[in-house]
Amino acid sequence: MKKTALLESEFKTKVGKILRTRQMTPLEKLFEIALPGGESLDHLPGQFVMVSLLGVGEAPISVSSSPTKRRSFELVVRKAGRVTTALHRLEAGDEVGIRGPFGNGFPIRYLEGNDLLIVAGGLGIVPIRSIINYTIDNRRDFGKVTILLGCRTPKDLLFSDETDKWNHRLDVMFECTVDRGDAEWDGNVGLITSLIPGITLEPDRTFAIVCGPPIMYKFVIAKLLEKGIPERQIIVSLERHMKCGIGKCGHCQIHNYYCCQDGPVFTYDKIKNLEEAI
Amino acid sequence: MKQYAILQKSHFADFISALAVEQSVMAPVAKGYDNYAFEPVTRASQIALKHIPTILPPKKYFMPPSETILEYSRREGEAVHPVVEYEKMILFGVHTCDLMGVQCLNMALSEHPEDINYLSRKNKIAIIGLECEDYCDEYASCHLMANDLPNGGYDAFFTDLGDYFIIHLNTQMGDDVLGRTKLIEPSTESHWDELMKFREKKRSVFKNEVPVTHQKIKEVFDNAWKSPVWSDIAKRCLACSNCTNVCPTCYCFDVVDEPDLDLITGRRRRKWDSCQSASFARVAGGESFREDRGAKQRHRYYRKFKYPVERFFRYFCTGCGRCSRTCMAKINLKETLTSLVKELN
Repeated sequence: MKKTALLESEFKTKVGKILRTRQMTPLEKLFEIALPGGESLDHLPGQFVMVSLLGVGEAPISVSSSPTKRRSFELVVRKAGRVTTALHRLEAGDEVGIRGPFGNGFPIRYLEGNDLLIVAGGLGIVPIRSIINYTIDNRRDFGKVTILLGCRTPKDLLFSDETDKWNHRLDVMFECTVDRGDAEWDGNVGLITSLIPGITLEPDRTFAIVCGPPIMYKFVIAKLLEKGIPERQIIVSLERHMKCGIGKCGHCQIHNYYCCQDGPVFTYDKIKNLEEAI
Repeated sequence: MKQYAILQKSHFADFISALAVEQSVMAPVAKGYDNYAFEPVTRASQIALKHIPTILPPKKYFMPPSETILEYSRREGEAVHPVVEYEKMILFGVHTCDLMGVQCLNMALSEHPEDINYLSRKNKIAIIGLECEDYCDEYASCHLMANDLPNGGYDAFFTDLGDYFIIHLNTQMGDDVLGRTKLIEPSTESHWDELMKFREKKRSVFKNEVPVTHQKIKEVFDNAWKSPVWSDIAKRCLACSNCTNVCPTCYCFDVVDEPDLDLITGRRRRKWDSCQSASFARVAGGESFREDRGAKQRHRYYRKFKYPVERFFRYFCTGCGRCSRTCMAKINLKETLTSLVKELN
């Protein structure tokens, strides 16, 4: 069997250098990564990268930082499988392989000039943070911005320093809830769906962005529809386990869509009739 | 007639030897118990001219079961070197179903972003087709898939007309490869007439194997999502993945790293994967959107008869019958289609 070396390939990885890590919870760790020569990742909010460790493998990870932060980007990795466990052992100064960004990202141009209702559950805050921070950095391009955040317990709350800041901003409406509180928690207790009826919005000019665990979508979307938000203005980011990122390996296929190329961001009207989507 | 040539059967042995001198020739070889496999050959006597679809389709040469996509050495940090592994070869004796299989792969893997590993190999493999005269066996449904007659996808195409083969020279590569053997001769009008008679006879042999037209299959699948057929299949399917492994149009893969013993060098490989395996559609948190076997099989059928029609305007089933032939639970594609058609009516 002959072998030939290629200069470029869709499978080729760039070398990313870890600038900073932060253990966020026992399971979640944040990595700030820079590409060689300070090259920008040039991603859109909602896109993901394939992160690789040679000898271990690759895993798809959402970019958590906004593209307005140019010289580095941030990933939050939950320790779950072989690759992510190995990633958790890395610290500042270590290198990782990066491919991407992949996927379509949130349709920023269509969102501009509209109100945003952002609903994140659990680890859904990780990709959603990219659009929240983008919105805040370009605040005058958007109308009213409402952020609803839910997680299991106060200990699972990620980016609490940033959520505190969002909470204190006058130009952002922020509400947070936990499924189960603890002695120190004085905020809302209940499922994230319990926050939706209480908010006021103008459905025609509101785009809702939803990201969370699979179980969350149906219930949240039902509440958003009750609020009168049109189906095409409900935007969801779906999770699948991509292996290639280039629409070939088949793992992330949802009916005729490849989540890695046609998604992971979809409008609800596109996927509402696709069983196996949410 | 310039595009047609003939090869006398008496010259066939010399023809194969002449090809094999030049480069590797892969052709169907009998493996016993009515099994055939594409293998390297050097002599015509090794080739089974009459063969049912080989255990694995020629896909294995275009997209091997396991191939290196990157090589790495961690001495240089996380740097990698992309590679393509390929072998220049001639495939001889490819039936029309398998030609279509390669055409389907060409479409899916040429779609942007292109699969460079596949495409680099594609241009180095010369394909010589061989026409079937009759059904391979009861599993084939090539007429339903509009695939019993040749439809391109080859460099040259052989039809056995008794004492000689008539050859359609479809590409310059085909013309060059065959021309170098110096054994093919120009064809005449009468050879062409014989070919037309052969094809006419074929039209009476190959009939729709399932009570539905080619065009209407998509409509069947537009309405088949909630069919009880899938729960019936779920009771029988063993999730062994045989059906997807032998399918000429399945191209799903997994990517795995294979470190050397020094743990410094190694390679990243891609390997065939199957939507029938338990972990295929699993996401973080362990949830799978296609947990039961009926849903997995439904996905396989939809990837043949519905999704590719929306994307590539064609079915990704070649009618070769391999999935039915190899199924340990005797799940039969023709029977499944027939049940779905009955429900529609």
